[in-house]
Amino acid sequence: MIITVASGKGGTGKTMVAVNLALAVASERRHDGRMLFLDCDVEAPNAYLFLRPTFNGQEEVTLLAPEIGLDKCTYCGRCAEACNYNALAVVKDQVLFFSELCHGCGACALVCPEGAIHEVPEVIGLIEEGSASTPLADLDFAHGILEIGRAIAPPVIRQLKRRIHPDGLVIIDASPGTSCPVVEAMKGADFVLLVTEPTPFGLHDLRLTVEVARDEMGLPVGVVINRDGIGDERVEAYCQSERIPILMRIPFDRRIAEVYSEGGLVIEALPEYREQFRDLYQKIRGEVDK
Amino acid sequence: MRQIVILSGKGGTGKTTVAAALAHLASQEASIVLADADVDAANLELVLSPQIQEEGEFAGGGMAVIDPELCTACGICHDVCRFEAIIPGDEVYAVDEFGCEGCGACGYACPAGAIEMQEQLDGKWFRSRARYGPLFHAHLFAARENSGKLVTLIKNKARDLALERGADYLLVDGPPGIGCPVIAAISGMDLTLLVTEPTVAGAHDLGRILGVARHFGVPALVCINKGDLNLRKTEEITAWCAERDVPVVGRIPFDQAVTQAMVQGKPITEHSDGTVTEELRQVWARLKTGFE
Repeated sequence: MIITVASGKGGTGKTMVAVNLALAVASERRHDGRMLFLDCDVEAPNAYLFLRPTFNGQEEVTLLAPEIGLDKCTYCGRCAEACNYNALAVVKDQVLFFSELCHGCGACALVCPEGAIHEVPEVIGLIEEGSASTPLADLDFAHGILEIGRAIAPPVIRQLKRRIHPDGLVIIDASPGTSCPVVEAMKGADFVLLVTEPTPFGLHDLRLTVEVARDEMGLPVGVVINRDGIGDERVEAYCQSERIPILMRIPFDRRIAEVYSEGGLVIEALPEYREQFRDLYQKIRGEVDK
Repeated sequence: MRQIVILSGKGGTGKTTVAAALAHLASQEASIVLADADVDAANLELVLSPQIQEEGEFAGGGMAVIDPELCTACGICHDVCRFEAIIPGDEVYAVDEFGCEGCGACGYACPAGAIEMQEQLDGKWFRSRARYGPLFHAHLFAARENSGKLVTLIKNKARDLALERGADYLLVDGPPGIGCPVIAAISGMDLTLLVTEPTVAGAHDLGRILGVARHFGVPALVCINKGDLNLRKTEEITAWCAERDVPVVGRIPFDQAVTQAMVQGKPITEHSDGTVTEELRQVWARLKTGFE
C-alpha cells in the first residue's frame, strides 16, 4: 500500500504526520513486510532531520540537455521552434541555451535536420538511500534533493519512486502546492492523506488539493486536522459537506511544536500520541478497503 | 522602483502573513503594486479583499493527443517520451494526462502523424483593486503544469503597471520550495526577504533558499517568524546568518492574534497593535534601508 501525505498549504505538519505515522506503524509490525519512507519533497527535503537515517547509497539524477555541434548547425531555428519551454533561442549565428528552463525532452534533437544536436546528461539532483533505526522501529528511507538553481523537480521524484515495491508499505511525504511535483508524488498512491489546519489559508488550500487528488486523479482522500482549535470551524464544515473523512485531530499543543522544532519524534517524546497514529493507520486501511 | 520578493524554502513559515503586513505598512507611506506568485495556492487574496478589475486566461502549454484512427501502435512515441506519459496498448496508444509535460517530442517522432498537441487552458490571472494597491494574482487549475510561466506572466504584468504608475515598490509574495515557480518569482528582483521559523526544518530550508538567492544574485534579508517558540534555534539561525553576512531584520514573536487576524480576513497589522505589529514595523523600516 502506498500512502501519500500532502497538504496544499505548507507548514501544516505533513512531515510531522508522515514520519510519526511511519514509525508508529513500523513499531507495531502489524503491516506486511518492511516499511519504506520516501521523502518526495525534493525542493525542501526535511524528513531525514527527524528520522536521521544512515545512508548507504546515492545516485545522481540527470537530465539530457542539448549540446549544439556548431560545425553542423545552420542556425535554421527549428530547435528553438520545437522547444515548448523556451529553453533554446537562435539569434543570427548563435544558439542560446537556458538550462534552467530545459525539461530534457529531446524534441530539439528529434527535429534538427542536420543532426547537429547531441544530448549530454546534466546533473539536476541527487538521491540518497539507507535505513533509519530509532528506538521504536527500523525502516527503509530514501529522499531526493533537487540541486540549487534547478527548476524541474518531477524527474527527481520519478527516479526516487522507482524504489517502490508493489507489496510493501510505502509512506510518501509530498511537497506543498498543487502542481506537477505534487501530482508526481501522488501518482500511483492507494490513499492520499491531507494534513490541514483549521484556518482560512488551510481550508483554501485543502479545497485545491482535494480537487487535484480526488476530483482530477480519482484517489481516495482523508484529512488530518493539525493544530485543532486554533482557528475556526470551516474546515470541519467543508469536510462534512464534501463527505471527506476526518481521520485524526491533533490538538494545538505547544509541546508538539517544541519537539518538532528540535527535530524530535512526537511519538517518542509524547508516547500518548503513539496509539493515535496507529489508529490513524487503521482508519486509512479501513478507507482503502472500502 | 524597488522590487521585493518574499520567499522561505519551507512552506508555512508565514510568508503571506508577512507580505500582507508589509503591504499595509508600505502603503501608508508609498505607492505599491502587489503580486501573489504562489499560483498553486494563492492566499494573499484572502486577506486583501480584492475586487477583480480584469482577468485573462492562461494557456501554459499543450498536451499530446493520439488519434486512435491513425495510430498503428508502433510504439515509437512510447520510446521517445521521457516522462513515462505514453500508455501502451495493443491497438492504440494513449496519453497519461497527468504525466504529459507538453513537450511535443512524440508528435515529432510519430511516423503516422497521429499525434497532435492540443492547447489547454491551465489557469486564470486577475488584476484586482485590493486593500493597499493593485494586486495581480492567479489560479493555476488543479494538477496543471507550467506554474513558472504563470508566475512570470503575473510578475511582468505587475511590473509593467508599477512602472507605468511610477510606483515606489513592487511587492511579491512568493511560493514555497526552490523549483520553477520560485526561480520565476526571484529572477530580476532587487531584494528578497526570507521568512524562516526556529525549527530544524526551517533552518535547513533557509539554507536552500539562500543558495537560490545567491545563485541568481539577489541580495537577501532574513526574518525569523515565531522566534520565541524556540529561542535557542533562533540564536542558532541568527549566528548562521551572521557568518554569511545575511542581515536578520526581524524576530516576530508567536501570537495567536495572527491566526485571529487571518480568520477575520485582515493583515495582522490592521488587527492588533501588539508585539507582532511592532516588530513588523521594524522589519519594514529595515527592509527600506536594505536598499542602501
